[in-house]
Amino acid sequence: MSPVAVTSDPLDLQALIEEISRASTADGAITSFVGLVREQNQGRRVSFLEYEAYEPLAIRALQLIIDEARDTWSDTRIGVHHRTGRLELGEASIIIVATSPHRAHAFAACRYTIERVKQIVPIWKHEHFEGGDVWLEGATADPADEAARETARRIACA
Amino acid sequence: MRVTVRLFARLRDLAGSGELVRDVATPATVETVWRSLVAEMPDLHVYERTMSVAVNADYAKMSAKVNDGDEVAFLPPVSGG
Repeated sequence: MSPVAVTSDPLDLQALIEEISRASTADGAITSFVGLVREQNQGRRVSFLEYEAYEPLAIRALQLIIDEARDTWSDTRIGVHHRTGRLELGEASIIIVATSPHRAHAFAACRYTIERVKQIVPIWKHEHFEGGDVWLEGATADPADEAARETARRIACA
Repeated sequence: MRVTVRLFARLRDLAGSGELVRDVATPATVETVWRSLVAEMPDLHVYERTMSVAVNADYAKMSAKVNDGDEVAFLPPVSGG
């Protein structure tokens, strides 16, 4: 299993935890984040989501985020898997695992990773709701935008 | 020369296709490719200020040079997670 993946298969948190944590016995903490498809969004009742990715660039961007996180929290190891295709309510769209000898770095690296995913990874949600559908659009992806990176770092350390 | 254009999410919907092959004059930049695409499909222009671009699956600038056989992608603001 690769620490980084974009896949249409259901995500397996336990398998990713085992993959990331088995490489070292120095770790004292594992944190994880699971993003779910929720029923309500901006006042709309969501039926399901379809995720689309520019896969080769998404993989590169995820790897870049891990490298960035390790620049700041060098004792962490991180895994991220993102789902694509049709997802029903309650299904996991993303799983992130971060390990470190100490919990503070594991929490921070995990939070940094999800904030950066939302900034620079070329993946899009197509929301199908009662009465219509809409492409959700968040950030203009720019990995070189230092202000965005600093925002993610600040949130991670809050 | 010939390039492959990749479009995603709403840009793909607007164009009616996620993958187009287009001939462009040399020398060309990402901007050259974008201009010819907008000339062909004016609806796309709404993304000019908010999109990102990539060449051969690597983020690039509008001024980046494009070579024969390259894949040029236009990406609406992202919404993963």
